[in-house]
Amino acid sequence: MSALDLASAVRSGERSAVDVIDEHLARIDARDGEINAFNQVTAVAAREAAAAVDAAVAAGKDPGPLAGVPIAIKDNMCTTGVATTCSSKILEGWEPPYDATVVQRVAAAGAVMVGKTNLDEFAMGSSTENSAFGPTKNPLDTSRVPGGSSGGSAAAVAADFASLSLGSDTGGSIRQPAAFCGLVGMKPTYGAVSRYGLIAFGSSLDQIGPFSKTVVESAALLEVIGGHDPLDSTSIDQSAFDLTSVLDRGVEGMRIGILRELSGGEGGVEGLSADVIARTNEAAAALEKAGATVVEVSVPSATLGLSAYYLVAPAEASSNLSRFDGVRYGLRVDAPTTGEMMTATRTAGFGPEVKRRIMLGTYALSAGYYDAFYGRALKVRTMMLQEFALVYAEVDLLLTPTAPTTAFRLGDRTADPMTMYVNDVCTIPSNLTGHPAISVPFGVGDDGLPVGVQLLGPALSEPTIYQAAAALEAAAPGEGSLS
Amino acid sequence: MTAHEPSLPEEWELVVGLEVHVELATKTKLFCGCENKFSHIPNTLTCPTCVGLPGSLPVMNEKAVEFAMRLGRALGCEIHPSVMARKNYFYPDMAKDFQTTQYDQPTNADGQLALADGTIVGIERAHIEEDAGKTTHVGGGGRINDATYSLVDYNRAGVPLVEIVSQPDIRTVGHAKAYVSELRDILLAIQVSDAKMEEGSMRVDANVSVRPTGSDELRTRCELKNINSVRSLGRAIEYEARRHVDLYTNGEAPRQETRHWDEEGGRSTAGRSKEDADDYRYFQEPDLVPLSPTAAQIAEIDASMPVLPAARRARLGELSSVADEVIVTVVERGQDGLALGAIEAGADADKVLTRIQNDLAVDDWSAVTSESLAMLIQMETGGELTATQVKQVLGEMAAGEHGGDPKVIAAAHGFEAMESNELETLVDQLIVDHPDEWSRFVDGDDGDRKKMQGFFTGQIMKATKGQADGRAVAQLLGQKSAG
Repeated sequence: MSALDLASAVRSGERSAVDVIDEHLARIDARDGEINAFNQVTAVAAREAAAAVDAAVAAGKDPGPLAGVPIAIKDNMCTTGVATTCSSKILEGWEPPYDATVVQRVAAAGAVMVGKTNLDEFAMGSSTENSAFGPTKNPLDTSRVPGGSSGGSAAAVAADFASLSLGSDTGGSIRQPAAFCGLVGMKPTYGAVSRYGLIAFGSSLDQIGPFSKTVVESAALLEVIGGHDPLDSTSIDQSAFDLTSVLDRGVEGMRIGILRELSGGEGGVEGLSADVIARTNEAAAALEKAGATVVEVSVPSATLGLSAYYLVAPAEASSNLSRFDGVRYGLRVDAPTTGEMMTATRTAGFGPEVKRRIMLGTYALSAGYYDAFYGRALKVRTMMLQEFALVYAEVDLLLTPTAPTTAFRLGDRTADPMTMYVNDVCTIPSNLTGHPAISVPFGVGDDGLPVGVQLLGPALSEPTIYQAAAALEAAAPGEGSLS
Repeated sequence: MTAHEPSLPEEWELVVGLEVHVELATKTKLFCGCENKFSHIPNTLTCPTCVGLPGSLPVMNEKAVEFAMRLGRALGCEIHPSVMARKNYFYPDMAKDFQTTQYDQPTNADGQLALADGTIVGIERAHIEEDAGKTTHVGGGGRINDATYSLVDYNRAGVPLVEIVSQPDIRTVGHAKAYVSELRDILLAIQVSDAKMEEGSMRVDANVSVRPTGSDELRTRCELKNINSVRSLGRAIEYEARRHVDLYTNGEAPRQETRHWDEEGGRSTAGRSKEDADDYRYFQEPDLVPLSPTAAQIAEIDASMPVLPAARRARLGELSSVADEVIVTVVERGQDGLALGAIEAGADADKVLTRIQNDLAVDDWSAVTSESLAMLIQMETGGELTATQVKQVLGEMAAGEHGGDPKVIAAAHGFEAMESNELETLVDQLIVDHPDEWSRFVDGDDGDRKKMQGFFTGQIMKATKGQADGRAVAQLLGQKSAG
């Protein structure tokens, strides 16, 4: 049953929210020991919140558009009194005194949080293997990773632990796990969803977005979490999106570009597997069949995205993660002096990938290296914005694969960081430009695991993206053998 | 001001640049809604943002930006589109372990400050930044590296500051002190800060070096911190300049470093060396948007700019012939408007200014109007009141007694003008009544004469209930004894 069907059943009094939540909690009990989607299951609070929804229904009050819908929240979003850890030892047990804006908004819409989901430590990774609390497994094949960094949020929906979940996407951390788990995953326009209460990784790249099984659920959740927030200075000053009403408009007359550099074209990025490229081409054909015009387009700087990203994101992270110093909250490892205490705390508290990126970023910003590294990355960003603007003068949306491959095996890519980093090659450009992009399941790979294709658009083109995503979903081949 | 200044040996010239931090008197802090005020109870004026909790975000206080621009314009600066930057360093009082400040794109640049004697000091920049919390190191040597433990109070964290950086244009201690006084007067005039050095709302660091007289080189400078008063600034610069001269004279050279001024010991001690100083890894603050004031906003600031102290002093200088210090004091206290009004109403300018300087050094003088002051001065000029009586009446006017009307106050005390022949009659009678005392006054030694003058004056005051003019009495006694 979809989140929207659940909500309407709860709203009409046909189903009790408490029953809905109990059903999902039972599923979590039964299977999360194996999957490890959650860092913490908030069963007691969830039942209380569900009871409040039922009470509102009984009293004839509006319980909200997502009444009684179980939702999982990535464990880098602040939740009052509920530990928020970023899957890091340095924040283990830290209970924020405030809610992230998105957490408030989903609660106000009647959704019920069932738990906080696992992630790569501080959202740094593409497989959820960098968690200090153990990896999350892909519910479709537990020998595989769910993708990352929002692997726990993706797995929670794929395993029916929750109808919906929230992830954060700094370089593909919503879209890639959505592709690996056969889900719809959306990274909205930078500034469309408030970052207040999201523990920052790369502040100029981070954006919160929804996971769901269907496009319509994704649209409904984005409508709830989007819209201006005065607590986030980078929040765009506009009201929430209207997305669910445009889904049936089709793609007739829409112009869609296949982005050569990210879709296996000549001179583009390497390492895209043949089955993924084939599904992407089939998706293009399906859109054409539905009435869109499909053309091949080029954004040469898209190939530079990965390099630019691995300077900008670590640079910002090196500064954002400075505050974890043992002084005010989280882990403290005592030492004779304040300086030594800070060093000891950070040495014990951060995992190897986090340390690697702090060092990368510190180096990229240091005196004498700034211009050659961070400064040049900023120039690439500007160049990408200009080139994408030119392409969007010709086409409405772009189509690419979401990830180079289907879900890989646990442990396959942990030895060499570079093999992990290239996972994000197709998703990173949207973070560098701040543009929206969605991953929609489209068939399966040779291994029978889901393939995701990605639709990219210019800033605030969410309605167009959802319109095309709905068409893709309708045209997608039948369910894969494993789902 | 240079008359009593112990100067350096003639062959050496002092070179000083000042960095002044000013706390802006906004209602709330720079990036959050916490109150900007002093509290004795630590960590009570704090929120997730100003203690740098994970997930918190800054929102720029528009009033602080307006105050900063007002200050910039008062210093003749150009206002530029500007951005905030992060200055990264680890210290427990800096909650995020970076300070949000301005770096290569400050709001105000290229201004100047004219000292009272006409000397121009260039202003390099006046930029916006946040204050840090306050650390107290307990036990050990009381410093961060040897304390038993340290306490941090974040009440001050995030208080808005403007840092005003002068060019190294200051050549004498007197000018350094005059610069700070003038800056303070301007801050008070434009009402952006209470500018109290003793309370830390205005903090002065001095960059001091020396060079051979006639040279235009800039030699190694030392930055002096912990200067808590204008007097202390003068002592610190003088000490430091002499230290440099001594080093050069001995064939040595100062090291570029931050030095701590020890007011009690009257010396500076070495702090951190600039060579091994942190690399601050400045980069643009991604959580805030650029500040782009419009021409209309700047025009509005210019239009609302009050007349600044220099112009106000010049005006009083034109109207009077009192000493400069009198005018400086009156303008500093903001009493020049009162004085101007009284002078316009016909009161003697020199008397008005002298009376204000001497007898109106009170916090609240709002009950005194230009009209009532003019009336009082005219009563004094017309001989209706003695100097002592004027002082008393003015005091009561300031306290708002009898509606602040000098005539009513004088009448209430029975102060009436005493004709000089009336006084002479009284003196003659006293001489007749006290022949012994009179002969001691006329023929006695200096001691006797003094004592008896006191006696006769006392008798007359008693007889006149204090209304007699002391000077006239002394004059009469002198005349009588000589005649």
